[in-house]
Amino acid sequence: MVVLLKELKKGAKGFLIWTLAITFMLVVCIVIYPEMKGEMEGMSDIFSNMGAFSDAFGMDQLNFGTLIGYYGIECGNMLGMGGGFFAAIIGIAMLSKEEKDHTAEFLLTHPVKRSSVVLQKLMAVVVQLVVFNAFVTAMGFLSIKLVGESVPAKEFLLIHLGYFILQIEIALICFGISAFLKRGGIAVGIGIAVFMYFANLISNITEKTEFLKYVTPFAYADPSSIVKDKSLDMTLVLLGMGCAVVAVIAGFIKYTKKDISS
Amino acid sequence: MEKIIEIKNLCKSYGKVKAVENISFEVNEGDFFAFIGPNGAGKSTTIRTLLGLIKADSGEAKVMGLPLEKSVEYLKKIGYLPSEAVFYNNMKVGELISYSAKLRGLDCSEEAKKLCEILELDTKKRIDQLSLGNRKKVGIVCAMQHKPELYIMDEPTSGLDPLMQKEFFKLLHSRQKEGATVFFSSHVLSEVQNNCSKAAIIRQGKIVAVDSIDNLSKTNAKKITLYGVNTLPESFGCKPSSVGENSISFFYNGKVKTLIRELSEMDITDLTITEPDLDEVFMHYYE
Repeated sequence: MVVLLKELKKGAKGFLIWTLAITFMLVVCIVIYPEMKGEMEGMSDIFSNMGAFSDAFGMDQLNFGTLIGYYGIECGNMLGMGGGFFAAIIGIAMLSKEEKDHTAEFLLTHPVKRSSVVLQKLMAVVVQLVVFNAFVTAMGFLSIKLVGESVPAKEFLLIHLGYFILQIEIALICFGISAFLKRGGIAVGIGIAVFMYFANLISNITEKTEFLKYVTPFAYADPSSIVKDKSLDMTLVLLGMGCAVVAVIAGFIKYTKKDISS
Repeated sequence: MEKIIEIKNLCKSYGKVKAVENISFEVNEGDFFAFIGPNGAGKSTTIRTLLGLIKADSGEAKVMGLPLEKSVEYLKKIGYLPSEAVFYNNMKVGELISYSAKLRGLDCSEEAKKLCEILELDTKKRIDQLSLGNRKKVGIVCAMQHKPELYIMDEPTSGLDPLMQKEFFKLLHSRQKEGATVFFSSHVLSEVQNNCSKAAIIRQGKIVAVDSIDNLSKTNAKKITLYGVNTLPESFGCKPSSVGENSISFFYNGKVKTLIRELSEMDITDLTITEPDLDEVFMHYYE
């Protein structure tokens, strides 16, 4: 567990910044909701009738005038983008950073199995995402209570669960890719997250691009579908988790066999 | 005597470049063994292969009787100092040394404290505030704090001032006296001569000599410097080692009679005949 603890300590600053920044934005959105609620009721029709724009962001299916509709669109985008980027960054840097910074030689000349290094670093990614999501979910819940609104528990938790699984998928895919990189690859990680985010927006616009929902975790974490169906699309979730597991296995095999650059 | 390192026909290429080619040699328990050769000769590739950082293309090697695939087992008993001591910049010296011990599942705080005192290392400083020499000292503490049986050191003295070099070799010799084996690569031939009992010389990925330092430095050749001329007659059958404006030096291994006859016919103003120093002898293997 020595590597895991060290990774958590090393990543603590970045973790705190991302967690507090996203939580802050989330709380601000909720705090202004009561003020926005009255105005939103009138604007809900406008938001849901902006054609492709409404389709892309799921505003055609969510009611901006309800708390869960507002939460799904406003807070969901922040959680999706922010959480997705955070997951991509910690995933892609976890293995490649050691080689980029030339510290892999120090680490791997100690009696530690490479497989153990991979597993401990993977755990460090998962632990950060679990704590991040637990904190953000708790703060979201408390903020809603604070402004005197009632929380539709199932939809609320499903939205957060969807984003948690999304972040895990992005992080694991980036983690797997990380084993193949000799440089940091932050740009690669953010590129993957951005591609997945926009793939979902495009897949929402027309039926012709609907196939894209199979390549992006943002499809099963889309609050408009979750609120409408009151469930996650398990086919997409399992497909996404399958991709993540394949990426981790590929990364594991690569890292345990690769030559470490000096 | 037990073989601590055994290398047989080891090969490693990077793409089309052959870094080491069919190298073979052995290091015995208790040896103070030097691994010498010019830059890019394959020293670091050999060391990194032994440590399990890179995989050999062919051949085999054993460390403490264990094959390379079991590197995690023998790494417990090895202290390694890389040529470029690079560590986690955001850590303090003390944290890094402690992390290194924890990775070994050990508490080496007492020994680490002693070593830091000897090497005059401030454990409260951050790694990114350290000079090259001080980073090297951190590496030395990490490599020595667990009192390993085998020290593998890649150009260990680069960046250390002469006083610290002296302390460092003193430490290594005391560990050797306790039974440890030292295997280190170096460019500094004087430190090889002063400290090592055996050496392997590698050039362009191939081992060109493995022997005791005494045998390697033995030669019948004399270093001759002639003044007043700057060319050599072909009858000497050797190339000059250095040519000045009004002097020329060369290593002569031929008949003395021929030398005297040729010299008597040359227009020289002065000459010196000396034993070549170790650097010059080893240079012969390099060229």
